[in-house]
Amino acid sequence: MAMPARLQEIVEEFADLPVELRLEALLDYSRRVPPLPERLAGHRDAMEQVPECQTPFFLATELGDGDRVTIHFDAPPEAPTTRGFAGILSEGLNGAAAAEVLAVPNGFYTALGLDRVISPLRLRGIAAILGRLKRQVVVQVEAEKGQARRR
Amino acid sequence: MSTAAELDPAPKLDAYAHPERLVTTAWLAEHLDDPNLVVAESDEDVLLYETGHIPGAVKIDWHLDLNDPVERDYVSGEGFARLMEAKGIRRDTTIVFYGDKSNWWAAYALWVATLFGHQDVRLLDGGRQKWVEEGRQLTTEVPRRDTADYPVVERDDAVIRAFREQVLEHIRGDGRLVDVRSPGEYSGELLAMPDYPQEGALRGGHIPGAANVPWKRAANDDGTFKSADQLRAIYEGELGLGKDDDIVAYCRIGERSSHTWFVLSQLLGFQRVRNYDGSWVEWGNSVRVPIERSSEPGPDPRLKAVG
Repeated sequence: MAMPARLQEIVEEFADLPVELRLEALLDYSRRVPPLPERLAGHRDAMEQVPECQTPFFLATELGDGDRVTIHFDAPPEAPTTRGFAGILSEGLNGAAAAEVLAVPNGFYTALGLDRVISPLRLRGIAAILGRLKRQVVVQVEAEKGQARRR
Repeated sequence: MSTAAELDPAPKLDAYAHPERLVTTAWLAEHLDDPNLVVAESDEDVLLYETGHIPGAVKIDWHLDLNDPVERDYVSGEGFARLMEAKGIRRDTTIVFYGDKSNWWAAYALWVATLFGHQDVRLLDGGRQKWVEEGRQLTTEVPRRDTADYPVVERDDAVIRAFREQVLEHIRGDGRLVDVRSPGEYSGELLAMPDYPQEGALRGGHIPGAANVPWKRAANDDGTFKSADQLRAIYEGELGLGKDDDIVAYCRIGERSSHTWFVLSQLLGFQRVRNYDGSWVEWGNSVRVPIERSSEPGPDPRLKAVG
């Protein structure tokens, strides 16, 4: 299965940029993280922390109709790089089917071409975000299946 | 030759061994236009400078600017000279470093500049956090500084930098070792978490004999350094470090231990302090080096050698 179309576009958009403009593009995405819905704002206990990120970073996923995935991120403004990753994943994955999200290669971020501007240890943060996000989706898909069987 | 910037006369700084290594936010705000002073921001987050920085400040990125792109090492003398020239810094320029995370990376950049013998390097006490919290001016405008001439100076790794082999020697002799990571990283517990390899090291724990003093103990909540008396109570009182001790500090990749290196050598005036920048990412991946996996410093390797 292919990557969700919007995520694929974002990856190509980064890859086409000269290296010195990729950071600017990431900064742009850091400004596009949607605010948390009211039920999650200030409720980090209802979200999962990603300790691989070096700053407090939290995520929550929800499964809607037709197995469409909604993802919420809580990342502090003083960590624009991590917020930028959140912005990419938010825009690239929100509304995609669960199966599409699970099919995103874990190393997709290497195609963004950020390795020359961001250190490898920091880039692992984005891999960790995706890994934890997928794990949540798997848990929810399994829970749905269980419920369907009981019905 | 133009003269170096004057010193910050703040009383707090006066109590440190080298008050000339620190400036306060209030002093810096008044000296942004000093002709031979350059403010340099060095952050963990590579995008933070772009979101707004101290007016006139240049960006020095630890990963892109200070590390060799291929080998795990710092740039060469030529590389450092090119960097300084591009940032408009001359050999006699006063560089004031500041950054996020209580100045981890700023201290690291200052330490690297010291490897190249740049004389007048200072840290902004409290770093980026304090400047922002005081509501001081920020700008997204990148300064256009004229390039400057900077000589090619060979890096001196002998005095303030330690390598793995030297650390092995160090723990067999009477060297003192300070692990500045969190207690969980020190005991090895953090690497033991199932499914979440985090630190890029195959083994967890610490170098035998190392005392655990997390870097954070030297900082106040606002990012400033603790007072000279408070620092002495920790490192001389609790830890029993003496002025002539041979001391090595390490963390995971050498950034947090740059902070402690600064405290020990510049603020407290210990004479022999080295930063082991290979740190845990190197030690915890090395074959056949001793590791202690507990929350205690562990057996003193000297005793083992005798037995």
